[in-house]
Amino acid sequence: MKLAVCINHVPDTETKVKVGPDGMSIDKTGVNFVLNPYDEFAIEECLRLKEKNGGEVLAVSLGGDAHKDTLRKALAMGVDKAALLKDETPRDSFSVARALADYLKPYGPDVIFFGKQSVDSDDAAVGTMVAEMLSLPSVSVVVKLEVAGGKAIAEREIEGGRERVETTLPAVFTAQKGLNDPRYPSLKGIMAAKSKPIEEQQPSPAATKTQVIAMQKPPAKSAGKIVGTDASAAGELVRLLHDEAKVI
Amino acid sequence: MTILVFAEQRDNTFKKPALEAVRAGRTLADQLGGQVTALVVGSGASAIAGDLASYGATTVKVVEHEKLAYYCALAYAKSIAEAAKKEQATVVLMAATAMGKDLAPRVAVKLDAGLAPDCTAIKADGGKIVATRPVYAGKALLDVAITSPTQVITIRPNVFPAGEPSSEKASAEKLEVAFTDADFAVGVTELSTASGKLDVSEADIIVSGGRGMKGPEHFKLIEELAKALGGAVGASRAVVDAGWRPHEEQVGQTGKTVSPSLYVAVGISGAIQHLAGMSSSKYIVAINKDKDAPIFQIADYGIVGDAFEIVPAVTAEVKKLLGS
Repeated sequence: MKLAVCINHVPDTETKVKVGPDGMSIDKTGVNFVLNPYDEFAIEECLRLKEKNGGEVLAVSLGGDAHKDTLRKALAMGVDKAALLKDETPRDSFSVARALADYLKPYGPDVIFFGKQSVDSDDAAVGTMVAEMLSLPSVSVVVKLEVAGGKAIAEREIEGGRERVETTLPAVFTAQKGLNDPRYPSLKGIMAAKSKPIEEQQPSPAATKTQVIAMQKPPAKSAGKIVGTDASAAGELVRLLHDEAKVI
Repeated sequence: MTILVFAEQRDNTFKKPALEAVRAGRTLADQLGGQVTALVVGSGASAIAGDLASYGATTVKVVEHEKLAYYCALAYAKSIAEAAKKEQATVVLMAATAMGKDLAPRVAVKLDAGLAPDCTAIKADGGKIVATRPVYAGKALLDVAITSPTQVITIRPNVFPAGEPSSEKASAEKLEVAFTDADFAVGVTELSTASGKLDVSEADIIVSGGRGMKGPEHFKLIEELAKALGGAVGASRAVVDAGWRPHEEQVGQTGKTVSPSLYVAVGISGAIQHLAGMSSSKYIVAINKDKDAPIFQIADYGIVGDAFEIVPAVTAEVKKLLGS
C-alpha cells in the first residue's frame, strides 16, 4: 500500500501572535515552530496502515528549509521517506494544494492523509482541494478509519455526532484529534531519521487566487468586574447576566 | 450579478447556519446590487426549499436524488458547481459547518475559484468583496480579497444574524444534474447523533470545565449548569488530554473555536491556546479559585472561589430565574 502524508510546520499553539512589520503576516521573531498538531494523527494513521497492510509512507511538506525539522520528526516517527517542496513564496490554500497535487499525482498513493487543518492559517481546505484536483474521493475530519479490500469506512465528526462514510480507494483523508494516539519517536527512530534522505524539489509555481490585504489583532477584551468571592455571589451574577448582559 | 447560497439541510430541516448564510448572501447582494439564488440538495428537499425566500433568497433551486438523502461529497459538490455555472454566479456562499467545510474546497477547485473560509465579516468595498477571517484560532484576523472571477466564501456559524423570516415564499425550481456512479464513490451510510446533545460549535451558551474540576466525576456540576442554561458542555485541552471528557467538547486552538453569546469558564486558568478559541464570545464568565488566572483578564464577570460551591449555587439561581 502506498501512503502519503502531507504535513506542515507551524507556530506552537502557545505562541503569542504579533503582527509583523509588513502588516500582513505574523512576526516570526522568537516563535517556536512545530509539526502541525493535527498532522501527528495523520502520520500515526499512515504508520498503522502500513504496519497492517505493508507498503511505504511518504511525507511531503511545502515550505522553506525549516520544514526539514518537521519532516525529520515524521521520519523519526517511522515514515520511510520524505520530500520537501522547497518554496518560501506566500501561497494560499489553492496554490499549496496545486503544488501538492502535482507532486503526488505521479507517485500514485492509495491513501493520502492530511491533518484536518493547519493551526496557522486555519483554512481546513488543502486536503480536500488536493482530492478534487486529483479527482479522488475524500473524507475530512476523520475520527475512525478502517481500510480493507480496496475500500475504507471512516467516521467523521459533525455537529453533535458522527457520520459513517464509505469510500472507494484511492482516497484522501484529513485527521481529527481522537483518531489515534500518536507515538513518540523512539531513540532508534531519531537516529535512523538522521540518515534517511529528504528529497528536494521545486514545486509548481505559486499562482494564488486570494490576496491578503491586512492582518490585525482582534479587539482586546478588558477585565470586567469580580462579582464576589463565594457562592453568595451567584444571585448577583445571574442578575447581571439577565439584566445587564441580557444573555439569559 | 448572482450570489449562489448553498443552504444545507439534514433530514429535510434547515439548521440555523443555513439561514444565516442565505441572509448574509442577501446583505451582500444588496451592497453589490445583485440577486440571491439559494440551492438545496437532498432527497425530498423541495418541500422545505421555498422557505428560504423568507430569509432573502430571490430564487430557490433544488437538486433532488434518492441517493442524496445523506450527505454525499462528490454529488453535492457537483450540484453546487453546476448551479453556479448555470446561474453565472460570481459568489458562492455557504456556512462553515462540517458539511460546508468539506464542500467549499471542492467547489472552489471545480470553479477555479479562490476560497475565503470561515469568515466572520464580509463587506463590499467599491464592488469588491473583502472578507475577514480569524487565523491562529482567532489570535489574529486576516482581511482577504479573492482575485479570481468566481469567489467561494464560507461563513462561521453563530456570527452572522439570520434575522426574522418575512412572509415571502418562493416555489422551488428543480435543477437537473446528470449524476454518474462515480459521483457516489464516497457517501454517508449512517448518521449517529447523540440525541439532545448540543454541540459547542452550534451552542449559543457554553459552560466549560477545566482542570480545576479535579476529576471527571465533578463534571456533572458543569452539565447541570449547562442544562439549566440550555447550553452545551465544553472542556479545556487539559481535561480532554486527561481523558475526562471527549475531544469533541474541546474548545481552543486544537479544538473548536467558538463565539457564543455566553461562555462560562469553570476551573479554567486560561492558557493562551484556550483563550484563542473562545475570546470572541460576547460575554465571558470566569469561576476560578486563583484570582491571578489569565481567564479573569478577558472575563466580563468573575467569581473568585471554590467552583464546587459556586457552580451549584449559580445553577440554582438560573433555575429560579428561568424555571428550567
